[in-house]
Amino acid sequence: MTRRLLGLLAALVALTVVVVASIAVGTRFIEPSVVINALLGETRGEEAIIVHSLRIPRTVLGIVAGVALGVAGALIQALTRNPLADSGILGVNAGATFAVAIGVSVFGIGSITGYLWFAFVGALLVTVAVYVIGSAGRRSADPITLTLAGVAIAAVLSGVTTAMTLINPRAFDELRNWEVGSVAGRDLGITATIAPFVVVGVIIAVVVARSLNSIALGDDLAVALGTRVGLVRVAVVIAVTLLAGSATAAAGPILFLGLVIPHIARWIVGPEQRWILAYTIVLSPLLLLLSDLIGRVIIRPGEMPVGIVMAFVGAPVLIFLVRRRKASSL
Amino acid sequence: MSGVDFGHRVAIIRGRGMSLRIHRRAVLVSLLFAVATVAVSLVTLATGDFELGLDRVIGALLGRETGIVHLVVMEWRMPRVVAAIVFGAALAVSGAIFQSITRNPLGSPDVMGFSTGAYTGALVAIVFGGGSFVVTATGSLVGGLLTAALVYLFAYRRGVQGFRLIIVGIGIGAMLESVNSWLILRSKLEVVRTAAIWGAGSLGGVRWEQVLPAIIVVVALLCFGIAAARRLSAMELGDDAASALGVNVNRSRLLLVLLGVSLTALVTAVTGPIVFLALAAPQIARRLSRSSGVALLPSAAIGAFLLAACDLVGQRLFAPLAIPVGIITVTVGGAYLVWLLVHEIRRTV
Repeated sequence: MTRRLLGLLAALVALTVVVVASIAVGTRFIEPSVVINALLGETRGEEAIIVHSLRIPRTVLGIVAGVALGVAGALIQALTRNPLADSGILGVNAGATFAVAIGVSVFGIGSITGYLWFAFVGALLVTVAVYVIGSAGRRSADPITLTLAGVAIAAVLSGVTTAMTLINPRAFDELRNWEVGSVAGRDLGITATIAPFVVVGVIIAVVVARSLNSIALGDDLAVALGTRVGLVRVAVVIAVTLLAGSATAAAGPILFLGLVIPHIARWIVGPEQRWILAYTIVLSPLLLLLSDLIGRVIIRPGEMPVGIVMAFVGAPVLIFLVRRRKASSL
Repeated sequence: MSGVDFGHRVAIIRGRGMSLRIHRRAVLVSLLFAVATVAVSLVTLATGDFELGLDRVIGALLGRETGIVHLVVMEWRMPRVVAAIVFGAALAVSGAIFQSITRNPLGSPDVMGFSTGAYTGALVAIVFGGGSFVVTATGSLVGGLLTAALVYLFAYRRGVQGFRLIIVGIGIGAMLESVNSWLILRSKLEVVRTAAIWGAGSLGGVRWEQVLPAIIVVVALLCFGIAAARRLSAMELGDDAASALGVNVNRSRLLLVLLGVSLTALVTAVTGPIVFLALAAPQIARRLSRSSGVALLPSAAIGAFLLAACDLVGQRLFAPLAIPVGIITVTVGGAYLVWLLVHEIRRTV
């Protein structure tokens, strides 16, 4: 108990350091003292303006999107009992990308704010479709059918999206940028738009975490323990849709995070869902911001989008951990 | 007949010193799809810019036609049709093997980062090496095999466990995915579009001298794979049970991984990654033949049919604009899997 708590505190400290660094470091380095002054309300001076107009929006979106994707991943892995699952399983990414492709090629939309609602609605509709098909004819969806339904629908949509982009060069060009995933160039308004959805999603996650512990034992045992399996499933699917849908709408499909962090959290704290959730909430923005930070300095004066850097930061950790100890599957 | 209930109808053929148990429904499904594949292939041979009657196609197949008909049917369309059938079967078997080894319906050679690695190799070849057929094929082959070897090595620690294989594959695959995105972001739009068409998986423009070597090797590997089916069904019971049944688990797993990867590697080198087939065909086969585990033969038949049929659709749907077959496979295979899921659930309720 105390070890887990200390670990969580250490992770929090690391997150704070990374947050400050994320505001200070970039194409132009800003002194930590100036950063702190700017955070405390100083708005005059060129550097303070950079902090307020560029660095803070970017960092805040990094935190919100990180938490959202991480928690969505933890929930969906617990629900489907499949270590390969991430929010993409419910068709979130495929739905968002498909909708953005339609937005670009049919409606000629070309701005991030314009993509936001297309991506969000796309993710929402597709997740609902996946759930309906995954649970057709029953009271609630069983995990394997849900997984397969998600993969199948995502496949259909990605096929159509690819066809659309191959026919329409402009859509291809727009999508190759959007598809990578990035937190740069989004103002605070975008984050403010998605924040309520993320908050609701996280609250649902916290409420159902206990029930997910018993679902991990299998549906029959969970029912025997008094868990309302069907209700929990619906709640989790709603939460995942809100979390992953809004994060993807704002930052593009950032793939790796939701898959990796829950695994790492599980290996640190064991199978207790509430601890996994707590660690996920801290570790996910940590990985996202750290990757974004590295992306800013690695090819100066250019930038590498966070979606690209993330795998190179996270994957070695993942491989090291899975080799080091008896890493459990779920 | 024996008194054991296998859960499905089984015919037993006994000869001297050997006996054969045949899962009837699986054989029936395989036969049905084999016939359908032949039918689709005949249509493909007959249609195109140069329309032909079925009688002339069959004539050409029997060697009775000469001149232009012989040229069109045997030299232009035949390599594509044969490639679709053989490669479809190969991808399906490879997927079935991986789903069985990892005991996960999402398992496919892609969990080894294979297709991603092949795409990386091909991208490098296209962006930096000009992108002729031979260069691209070599690039993808080298990229794919290197990736698979790397994943296996990193996952190896006193044997390879299915779960560790999956996680390492995801990690390395994600890194390569990033490399791919970066290459696509940084390169000129025209170059990238060439790469994207390759990346979608296409059978367009294959000729005998390109596909024949691959086809021969793939057929040989397929026979080998069907022979390994018994090990697979033992390994689906879990490592301990399989060991108890006399299967050397680690050696078998290495052998099967090698087999699955080589099949995909050869196909990918020629056509580009046709991703979804490996995932969908075994699942469809399993549901249609109502078997408890992977069904290699029905998977192969369904894979062949899917690729052949999708290639026909891709050629004709927006003719004269040809759609890469990989896109059709994903769309049609996915839609069919959805339908099958819904149908199956209706039936069991």
